[in-house]
Amino acid sequence: MLELLQFEFMRNAVIAGIVVSLICGVIGTLVVVNRLVFLSGGIAHAAYGGIGIAFFFGLPYLPCTLVFSILAAFAMAQLTESSKHRSDTVIGVLWAAGMALGVILLDLTPGYNVDLMSYLFGSILTVPSSDIYMMSILGAGILIAVALFYNDLLAMSYDEEFALLRGVPVKVLYFMLIGMIALSVVMTIQVVGLILVIALLTIPPYIAEKHCRSLKMMMVLSALLSMAFTLAGLWISYLLNLSSGATIILVAVAGFFLEKTGSHLKY
Amino acid sequence: MTAPVIEIENLWFSFNRHPILKKVNLTIYEKEFLAVIGPNGGGKTTLVKIILGLLKPQRGSVRVFGKPPCKVSLKMGYVPQRIDFNRNFPVTVADIVHMGRLRTSRRRTRRSSDDEKAVQRVLEKLDMWEFRDYRIGELSGGQRQRVFIARALVTEPDLLFLDEPTSSIDTRGQSELYEMLDELNQHITIVVVSHDIMLISSHVKSVACVNQQVHFHEAAEITEDMLEKAYHCPIDLIAHGIPHRVLKMHEDD
Repeated sequence: MLELLQFEFMRNAVIAGIVVSLICGVIGTLVVVNRLVFLSGGIAHAAYGGIGIAFFFGLPYLPCTLVFSILAAFAMAQLTESSKHRSDTVIGVLWAAGMALGVILLDLTPGYNVDLMSYLFGSILTVPSSDIYMMSILGAGILIAVALFYNDLLAMSYDEEFALLRGVPVKVLYFMLIGMIALSVVMTIQVVGLILVIALLTIPPYIAEKHCRSLKMMMVLSALLSMAFTLAGLWISYLLNLSSGATIILVAVAGFFLEKTGSHLKY
Repeated sequence: MTAPVIEIENLWFSFNRHPILKKVNLTIYEKEFLAVIGPNGGGKTTLVKIILGLLKPQRGSVRVFGKPPCKVSLKMGYVPQRIDFNRNFPVTVADIVHMGRLRTSRRRTRRSSDDEKAVQRVLEKLDMWEFRDYRIGELSGGQRQRVFIARALVTEPDLLFLDEPTSSIDTRGQSELYEMLDELNQHITIVVVSHDIMLISSHVKSVACVNQQVHFHEAAEITEDMLEKAYHCPIDLIAHGIPHRVLKMHEDD
């Protein structure tokens, strides 16, 4: 595997995989314990609207999609807040709306049509160096924010009412979390694509949750698992000449079922 | 009996257009020990959550320590009724009790030794110190209830709310808890939502019956004669506040 690293695209792919794994471990943990998996799926698919806007107006892909996704995520958070008992429906609507917007805008974009598949299923092998820098800076920002607000995030995730009583600004923190989820989702799209984002965001924390005594440990273990899945998937996809995004996810799913059977045999 | 701690004036609350509380007036003074009783769905928990500032009434005013509830929430401790939420959450007993030190603590990201000491003291008091590193889901219902009581006590509140705190605790644990509450009551005001006649009989100083409306009964009304009868009554009957003359009939019923 080491000789692969002499290729720049491979080095970039490995770095992107590690950065995304760290973020997925930390944010994925918060997604799982706050039951925001469906909302994250909504953000991932609505992000396609941002991709459409980027291509139609000839804007840079990553910043444009980031801004669009954050706006879509805040809209979802606000709408679900106001109609809590139908939040899944509201998310479903925005989910579809974003995707449809993206498809139409790409239809209307003249000239060469971009490779849709690379956004749906990821293109870790073509991540440019400029995106790596941006991902690293955003990733570091997310990790620092989570570290600073860890106690508040823990209290809010575990018991929102009690957190409110202790003076935790629950609403602001919730929007901050949603914003960080949007950033993470867009970065993860680079690696595994928007359809498979949810798997990378949820499988490692799901496995980690049962084996950890604290949220902190769950974040660390999720990040490590995520890294293992991503790098193993990348390597297998190279050996067997398969799509990297789908291979990474299948490795994660294999891990998921292995853990399930393992804990079944144990008890 | 000095300054009023809780002042509620003409409060109305409805949920999805169903009235839950109507025309509530209630004043609670310092060092009161109030039991809130009433039928299920009568609005007991709603009343507590309004005083805590977690729910906003449609009409009327609530003042706690002379201020709107959300301004003084740090002075209030709260043991919620539901203790079986988020049972699979990766969090230890110590982590949960430390949540009670949020904002009390001077440090933001790390725990101070004061926090550690306060958490240890309160966990020892509730016989839960040996379970500090257990995951919350590994505990029994009664043990979980003690953890939430510990979390409320570690905030060092001036006003403590307990919403059915003994529903999962055995009889011995209950009397221990009541003794502890009596001791705390020398310095702080306590409000307990409970169907438990033992508590109402020998510990509380007053009773509020909540069934859409709120009726306040001073301690003097709870005579020994009433209690004797009360012990032989099914708790639900007493909670409805009507039969067996446990409490004086409400004037407007």
